[in-house]
Amino acid sequence: MDKTPGIRPRPGLRHMLDVASRYAFPGVQTALVLLLLSAPIGIPGQPELQPAWVTGNVFFWSLFRPSSMPAFLVFGLGLLVDLLTQEPIGIQILLLLLIHGLALKFRRELSRSGFALVWLVFGATALVTAVAELFLVSLLTWRILPPWPGLFEFGVATGLYPFLALYLTSVHRGPAAPERAA
Amino acid sequence: MIRLSIQARQALARLTLPVLIVFSLALMLLGRATPLVPEQARISLSDALAPVYAVVDAPILAVRSAVRSGRDVFALESQNEKLRLENERLRHWYDVAMALDAENATLKGNLHWVPDPTLSYVTARVVADAGGVYARSVLLAVGPHSDIRHGEIALDAGGLVGRVTEVGARSARVLLITDMNSRIPVILEKNRARAILVGENAPSPRLLYVQDGIHPEEGERVVTSAEAGAFPAGLLVGTVHYSTSGQIEVTPAADLGRLEIVRIFDYGLSGIVPPETPGRAAQHP
Repeated sequence: MDKTPGIRPRPGLRHMLDVASRYAFPGVQTALVLLLLSAPIGIPGQPELQPAWVTGNVFFWSLFRPSSMPAFLVFGLGLLVDLLTQEPIGIQILLLLLIHGLALKFRRELSRSGFALVWLVFGATALVTAVAELFLVSLLTWRILPPWPGLFEFGVATGLYPFLALYLTSVHRGPAAPERAA
Repeated sequence: MIRLSIQARQALARLTLPVLIVFSLALMLLGRATPLVPEQARISLSDALAPVYAVVDAPILAVRSAVRSGRDVFALESQNEKLRLENERLRHWYDVAMALDAENATLKGNLHWVPDPTLSYVTARVVADAGGVYARSVLLAVGPHSDIRHGEIALDAGGLVGRVTEVGARSARVLLITDMNSRIPVILEKNRARAILVGENAPSPRLLYVQDGIHPEEGERVVTSAEAGAFPAGLLVGTVHYSTSGQIEVTPAADLGRLEIVRIFDYGLSGIVPPETPGRAAQHP
């Protein structure tokens, strides 16, 4: 007997591939754009765009579609950022995992509230992340670093988030939605 | 798959994040304790990515040169005039250089001068800006059997760019003079005063520890000095510029924001190992 009666698409290889690619889409597009951003395109503020892009993506997907952004993927993305930039390894991994955990914890409230509250929470998260990154890099390199690059990174991340959210929402409703798999 | 109860599965899922956080902390300590392991990982990643970047670069370069020629069309006449004047000036200096060369040869012959060995260099293309927020370095794509070694010096068409800090099979990383860890002994050309060029992660590095009583002029040329065998003498670094807050900065002669081709020279120096980037302890060559 069919335990879940109802109309659904035919399960087959094509359907499974479709579902799998939809689950993989957020992580893969984050990694690809991250790699693209490290090429010398010459955008002003490009070294700060890389962590801003990854942070925004991790926050958005952990909040709205955590099945597409599991903890291992966050770990992998953090490792990629650390290896691509010259930061001491482990810092971005830790910060991204903390953002992931935070987004998961407040998922119930935030996914129901409007964009402004989500942006505010993201801004606060980005500020704390920038400060923590400054502290950790200073600790690991054993010298006091100036705060301006970190603050600039916070500014870029917070300013980029609305545009990022616009693009990611359309992705969230389209290519990254496994429930819409044909 | 192992059959677990739902509670066990949920507990395991909840445990994932803390375990990964602890793992990342362990990775931080590991990276500090054994700096070779993350460096190897970085080199392998950049080795894998350098050909990809080189391929991605081609359209970007095409776009950039198209934009440049588009902009040039509007400035043709003024540029022509500027080039004509520069040409006259350069022709004059060419004649002076020829005369000095002849004089140099005669003097060298009289002194039985032992000539310096000719320098070998490798030309490489810059494929990525590999610094991040707290460092300034670039990634070069080099051929698989290149001769580049740790500590060699990178020069642009304009001037000094930096030193090679990591070498892989197909890529190399150059730490720029604007990086925080970069310290270069320099000499001011006019009064031969020594100073240290300190990078600040900003577009212009600062000049510190200038000899007492010396006041550098605005626009004075700064070249490397051969102090402690770290750098060869006489490489052009930049020109002095006083910032608005009165600090002495050096505007780099190389176009560090738009590096495309650099030349890596092997001067055979091993006096001081090049600086390491944040998070890595000093290595022995």
